[in-house]
Amino acid sequence: MFLIPDPVVRFFHRMASPPHFYAFTGRLMPWLVVIFLLVTAVGLYGGLYLAPADYQQGDSYRIIYIHVPSAWMSLFIYVVMAVAGAIGLIWRIKLAEIVAISSAPIGASFTFIALVTGSLWGKPMWGTWWVWDARLTSELILLFLYLGVIGLYGAIDDKRIASRAVAILALVGVVNIPIIHYSVEWWNTLHQGPTVTKMDKPSIHVSMLIPLLLMAVSFKFYYLIAMLQRARTELLLRERNAQWVKNMVSESK
Amino acid sequence: MSLSRAFFAVIRRDLVLALRHRSEIANPLLFFILVITLFPLGIGAQPHLLQAIAPGIIWVSALLAAMLSLDNLFRSDFDDGSLEQMLLSPHPTTVLVLAKIIAHWLVTGLPLLIVAPLLAVFLGMPNHSLGILLLTLLLGTPVLSLIGAVGVALTVGLRRGGMILSLLVLPLYVPVLIFAGNAVQMAGSGLPVDAQINILIAILLMALVLAPLPVAAALKMSIH
Repeated sequence: MFLIPDPVVRFFHRMASPPHFYAFTGRLMPWLVVIFLLVTAVGLYGGLYLAPADYQQGDSYRIIYIHVPSAWMSLFIYVVMAVAGAIGLIWRIKLAEIVAISSAPIGASFTFIALVTGSLWGKPMWGTWWVWDARLTSELILLFLYLGVIGLYGAIDDKRIASRAVAILALVGVVNIPIIHYSVEWWNTLHQGPTVTKMDKPSIHVSMLIPLLLMAVSFKFYYLIAMLQRARTELLLRERNAQWVKNMVSESK
Repeated sequence: MSLSRAFFAVIRRDLVLALRHRSEIANPLLFFILVITLFPLGIGAQPHLLQAIAPGIIWVSALLAAMLSLDNLFRSDFDDGSLEQMLLSPHPTTVLVLAKIIAHWLVTGLPLLIVAPLLAVFLGMPNHSLGILLLTLLLGTPVLSLIGAVGVALTVGLRRGGMILSLLVLPLYVPVLIFAGNAVQMAGSGLPVDAQINILIAILLMALVLAPLPVAAALKMSIH
């Protein structure tokens, strides 16, 4: 702790207090939305209009501006969920638990979007909606892992206990994801050699890369907005008997 | 009581309990045999087809049988309160939990090994891959019990944990299924399977060391 400057430590201590978190994220939200809209607009304009069409795939490659960032987010959010869950388990910080469980449905949605957009792209490119390719399969299993987390949280009535169960499951999952990923990859390469699904890593042109990175940033901001919004409502629900919530409600009436 | 005595006492107790309720041993085994019998009925009795998918059938059935038997692991102890006593004991919960998992595997996993060769012959698997099939089952089914224990520990407090348990546990079974199924398939074609077996050993060792930790944490949470 002594390596971290005092203001940072104080910031995190204050953020762990529900009323402060609620007020702070409320003030932060408009800024996040503005940044998100700006980055998304520029990224989509760059990706759908400025970037040239691919010489082989034509315009249909443009789905990567949704597909690739979604796939990145699907893994990123699972890690965030596990880290937040671990913080919640170790230091019993209520807000970390809330962040963990608020992330799960968003992560599941991104995984689903990555699968659907990949499938839509695969039909014209590979001639089939689905192949049992290593990446597709491990993404599908990731979706099941997310659904397991959501299902477990829903099945336990006491939400404090449910959050801890979810944190344990997310940690077990995060240890398993690399194993699952590599085993699936190995399974596929053992079964069949390079096919249509096995592409060389394309060296992407800068005019295509910049919009892609912008979209990745935009998806991060979207996640932040959606996650904080879910966390705020979840917080209000859990703290509905606390004085600060009652004060806030009576003030707004 | 010393730790090793407590460890063996837990194994002994669970084994005695299982022997008194023989259906606990017989049910997963019968399920395993029944599911394998259904496959030829469902997809037709062409010997070549059956022979080709036999490793997959046997492993998927073993997976399902292992998952079905999981509920016995903590359920009755949870209901009669002896699980709570176990958690209150001065011994580390992880070790006692490991003892319970080992006992559970001896009761539900080991019998699968005994009937598997018979079923493999039914499905027309080549004789020289039977040894590898047994080896993968020997290495793989304990992993199923270990990973499954995490899922049961998380859901033991729930009234309807069955459906959710499969959602939690089956995705985590994927690596075992891949490597074990693949090893048997390769062995059938006469190819070397050292790599798959080594990875299965690695997975088993890792699960033995790591799995009791989340199980203990989850049980404490379920009892609270």
